[in-house]
Amino acid sequence: MDSLQQRSSTVQEPPGAVPAYRPTPPPAWQPRTDHAPLLPDAEPLRVLGTDAAADADPALLLRLYAELIRGRRYNTQATALTKQGRLAVYPSTTGQEACEIAAAMALEERDWLFPSYRDTLAAVARGLDPVQALTLLRGDWHTGYDPHEYRIAPLCTPLATQLPHAVGLAHAARLKGDDVVALAMVGDGGTSEGDFHEALNFAAVWKAPVVFFVQNNGFAISVPLAKQTAAPSLAHKAVGYGMPGRLVDGNDAVAVHQVLTEAVARARRGGGPTLVEAVTYRIDAHTNADDATRYRAAGEVETWRAHDPILLIERELTERGLLDEDTRSAAAEAAETMAADLRERMNADPVLDPMDLFSHVYAEQTAQLREQAAQLRAELDAEGEA
Amino acid sequence: MTTATTGPAAKAAGAGKAKPATMAQALQRAMRDAMAEDPTVHVMGEDVGTLGGVFRVTDGLAKEFGEDRCTDTPLAEAGILGAAVGMAMYGLRPVVEMQFDAFAYPAFEQLISHVAKMRNRTRGAMPMPIVIRVPYGGGIGGVEHHSDSSEAYYTATPGLHVVTPATVEDAYGLLRAAIASDDPVVFLEPKRLYWSKSDWSPEAPAPVEPIGKAVVRRRGTGATLITYGPSLPVCLEAAEAAQAEGWDLEVVDLRSLVPFDEETVCASVRRTGRAVVVHESAGFAGPGAEIVARVTERCFHHLEAPVLRVAGFDIPYPPPMLERHHLPGVDRVLDAVARLQWEAQS
Repeated sequence: MDSLQQRSSTVQEPPGAVPAYRPTPPPAWQPRTDHAPLLPDAEPLRVLGTDAAADADPALLLRLYAELIRGRRYNTQATALTKQGRLAVYPSTTGQEACEIAAAMALEERDWLFPSYRDTLAAVARGLDPVQALTLLRGDWHTGYDPHEYRIAPLCTPLATQLPHAVGLAHAARLKGDDVVALAMVGDGGTSEGDFHEALNFAAVWKAPVVFFVQNNGFAISVPLAKQTAAPSLAHKAVGYGMPGRLVDGNDAVAVHQVLTEAVARARRGGGPTLVEAVTYRIDAHTNADDATRYRAAGEVETWRAHDPILLIERELTERGLLDEDTRSAAAEAAETMAADLRERMNADPVLDPMDLFSHVYAEQTAQLREQAAQLRAELDAEGEA
Repeated sequence: MTTATTGPAAKAAGAGKAKPATMAQALQRAMRDAMAEDPTVHVMGEDVGTLGGVFRVTDGLAKEFGEDRCTDTPLAEAGILGAAVGMAMYGLRPVVEMQFDAFAYPAFEQLISHVAKMRNRTRGAMPMPIVIRVPYGGGIGGVEHHSDSSEAYYTATPGLHVVTPATVEDAYGLLRAAIASDDPVVFLEPKRLYWSKSDWSPEAPAPVEPIGKAVVRRRGTGATLITYGPSLPVCLEAAEAAQAEGWDLEVVDLRSLVPFDEETVCASVRRTGRAVVVHESAGFAGPGAEIVARVTERCFHHLEAPVLRVAGFDIPYPPPMLERHHLPGVDRVLDAVARLQWEAQS
């Protein structure tokens, strides 16, 4: 712009000619705010395995460790339940436990979690009953819990559509004067959806207390990130909305916890939304219905296994002499107790009332629904008599 | 009910005495009264604040209640409705404006996957008391994407109420009822009736009835015209014209497509024995198809003739210079009534 102005002031008009039209640059041409502070760092933030790990609180490390062990066991147990036909489907987060757990731990009780269908573990880590968390996937109802009780929105199956809900809820809470933060989780594939864009834009314009947490696990079912986006990173997208983008090693539970805690605190003090991208990897297939060998090499999976979130934290705890046999066995035992309880309760057939089909369509049933309910009632009675 | 006597709405609508008020003014007054009574009611959408909406339906609300209660949002329909879902989760009652019928389509996923289903998904724990105001229909000379009659998309979605006023009085009463409803309501505003007037007084608004009641606008014995929204004035005019031919027509205004008031409709058809459904949206798989099926199932032995439909053609909404050929007018309704004189033909 400066060069434009300089040029216009030095060009001489031929005598007698009509002066060229040289407008004052419109306000839109004025230099914009420097958005450099919004840009994510080039490398994902790592704490474990670096000098910074020495500053990590031992109590936090031990708690993260125990939760990761329990989280891994939850993933293997739920996967086993699909093989036994107890779950229609289970999208595993094996390898991503650090993200799920740090997400839950970054929130206060009054905050809200907006999970995607893959984030059952985050919901469980937040305190949701594991059986209620699996209701959707078992198929006895769509949501197995009262969202207000746990402040966990229903697990969302359409991609990214829960993100604007998080914005609206956080905005409403702020209007009411409550210092509530909403944490909205989405996968790398979900960032391509229009709702991702609209949610981030609304949140930034409204300065809503929301943290957008992208778990980039490498694949949207089978499509790799390179075919999903041309952006330098998903965290870079934040700059276009005017919010900070943060990039973190998603397998480093301490780093994820640190970045999310900072983002939540920033939102709570009125600093507006943050976009966090955690770079992680989905060790299992998309779901049990998917064959991951068709789109990725075994070597790639092995590389990520070597960077497993549990290995990373175990190494740190061992180096600092914090991981003795008692700690290991206590964590393993707690995980086993959870798995056994889950197995036992999931092996009981749920009791279903078909009349529920008509109970929650409207506050009051329409005449048409009353008629249909009567029809089903008669069919059920006939079945009972037969 | 609050009956404030000051402010732009009251003045515009003729505070105190019954001066003619427009449907747009009645709608605005309904939002204003609801907002004054209930601090959880929030109006949001594109241009609803400073501008007062492109049809001025939200005129003055931002000034009176502040930008937090009447909010100009970014230009993004899915974002508007998606944010409204989150706001409803936190106990607010959003009233969302979708500027034009065809502009609502980006919000369909939010509407169908979340707004309509949230109560059901959560076993009643998360009702969605959201009103989605959609100016709809043609007849105002709008260019393409500004005149769609999109009601069939909404009526095909369980979990939504679909309401459409045809009179100034109903515009107020139905919008108040919609805002008070704990369920989501798609509130279709016939935009060519925005400037229709009546001697409605905002100081003595008609009682607010629950959603789902049809009303007989004109008594008759020869046949029933079943209609709603922008086609009501057409049917009333047709009924007047038909009198000259010796046909005494009854006109039923549905007011609500979901819930559908089968009782009022079928009672009328049983009295008259003949019926025509009139609407301007496409006929194929349109609301009329459902209504004819129901009337035929329920009233078959009372019918003297097949139940007919007069609808818009099954075409994308035409350019404005051709729309008069598409929109069902008085002549097309009268032709259908003539065809109802079944015995004379056979």
